[in-house]
Amino acid sequence: MSATTESGPARQPVRPPAADRAGKRRRKGRGATRVHPALYLFPLPALAVYIVFFAIPTLQAVQYSTTDWDGFSADYENVGLGNFERLATNDDLFTNALSNNLKFMIVVVVFQTLLGLLLAIFLVRNTTGSLLLRGLFFFPTILSSVSVAYIWKFVYDPNFGLANTVLEAVGLEQFTSSYLGNDAAAIYWVALTQIWFHAGQMMVIFIAGLQMVPSELYEAAEIDGAGKWRQFTSITWPMIAPATAIVVAYTTIQSFKAFDLILGLSGNPPRHSLDILSTRIYSTFTNSQFGYAAAESLVFMAFIAAIVIVQRRLLKLTQKDV
Amino acid sequence: MRFTMTRGAVLAVYALLVIVPVTVVVFGSFKTTPELFDSPFGLPSSFSFENYDVVLNEENLAQAFANSVVVTATSVFLTLLLGSLAAYATARIPGWKGWLIFGFLVLGMSVPAQANMIPQYVLFNQLGLLDSRIGLVIINIVVGLPVAVFILGGFMKTLPRETYEAGSVDGAGPFRTYWSIVMPMSMPSLAATAIFLFVIQWNDLLYPLLFISTDSKKTIPLALLDFQGQFLTDYPLLFTGVVIASLPMVVAYVLLQRYFVAGITAGAVKG
Repeated sequence: MSATTESGPARQPVRPPAADRAGKRRRKGRGATRVHPALYLFPLPALAVYIVFFAIPTLQAVQYSTTDWDGFSADYENVGLGNFERLATNDDLFTNALSNNLKFMIVVVVFQTLLGLLLAIFLVRNTTGSLLLRGLFFFPTILSSVSVAYIWKFVYDPNFGLANTVLEAVGLEQFTSSYLGNDAAAIYWVALTQIWFHAGQMMVIFIAGLQMVPSELYEAAEIDGAGKWRQFTSITWPMIAPATAIVVAYTTIQSFKAFDLILGLSGNPPRHSLDILSTRIYSTFTNSQFGYAAAESLVFMAFIAAIVIVQRRLLKLTQKDV
Repeated sequence: MRFTMTRGAVLAVYALLVIVPVTVVVFGSFKTTPELFDSPFGLPSSFSFENYDVVLNEENLAQAFANSVVVTATSVFLTLLLGSLAAYATARIPGWKGWLIFGFLVLGMSVPAQANMIPQYVLFNQLGLLDSRIGLVIINIVVGLPVAVFILGGFMKTLPRETYEAGSVDGAGPFRTYWSIVMPMSMPSLAATAIFLFVIQWNDLLYPLLFISTDSKKTIPLALLDFQGQFLTDYPLLFTGVVIASLPMVVAYVLLQRYFVAGITAGAVKG
């Protein structure tokens, strides 16, 4: 993922001190020591499993996508680009999953990024209280998606759930809802769960980014009489660009893969209103349409790549000398 | 002033949003269904382990738990072993060859599971590795390797050249250098990688769902997903399953929080 291979603040914790890094630069010079031939044996086990179980299957997916193979019969037809044509023009299930997925992605990317950033700004200083709250907010990230789904299933239960109970208790009956039972809104409630699940993780990435901004910049801005908002738009936002790029790209990828959360909240296979691309591919696959599912998965991959690229462009625009 | 008040309010509300549902679930695992519905927020009237008995023994979550422990531990260990061997070589082989091996292995991070899971399923089927815990270990290694090589290789490349030369002066071969010098020095990145792998492999649902069909071979997330059909609204049993599934992760998180944050953000690239 090129979006994240740039030196990001996120990986700081596993780096050795800067003094050690000087050694690396020296090593790049000419006259490198002779490589012990046995060194070439070291990557072999990893390369062997990776080629057999990962690289070759990835290439095969491309080949599958041009067939109508059902996964079991000995023979199949070559349909060329027929699968892709059907996907683009004549598959309501896929279009529905795509549209649900885009709604889900937009809400999650916008609000999870904003919430993560807000919490990071509030907790950027290393006080005991901040450390405790960071630990708490990060906590949901370590749970499994199925666990998170079950916790929120009860929050959203229309009859006995926490959300409606609380709303009734404080006299806001008019806001009670059937949540996941409401087809038009269901995907947004899942988006809220996803944000709860991962906002703390984004907060941590943003904190690492914020802590690299030199405090002199803020001091200088104070002297110039810049308010908090002006300081944010002129210093913070441009300076944390690498962290924002990581968060947005990562959140986007997550929202295309929210497979487990959807299955946990909606059952398997998921309801029409909660079907997203990853669950659609899985359903196509379990319906023994291997060739067609492979075509879907390639389109899925292309979508993720395209969206991540477009987002990077858009982000760069907002970060140019504000 | 306004900033301080907003900050306090936002943090307090968000803290409640995390604490309340989690507490309700933990307390709920000790309640009966009527008790949960009557007072979802209250303490349980007694800390009875009846739900735990039902879930662990009658529903056999104990077996799933054991499967998860064995599969996750083996997968994490083997991924670290293969990954660190490869990472060490990429850090020591100079020039384009080292970069090629590194780049090729790390490229896997940008391929989502859905893109190659179908040919993988067919391959595992042909090899008789479907519905097998060994098959799960293999797929976990394959999926974890790119991230492991990325984090470990990135770290080992930053170790000073003297680290690698010290060994050869003493006449130690590359394996001795790897095992007695480089591995101990790479402990922080090994810990971060191990935790990242531990979290994704313990929690993984997709591959067990694809590969495993026999009840006795299911891992925790898959067994938990099956609860859905059985106890549609028996929340106390669902909650008990959630607590059991999360317990190892929570204990590890409380003990090793620093490494968790480092590990999960280091692997954040993968998703």
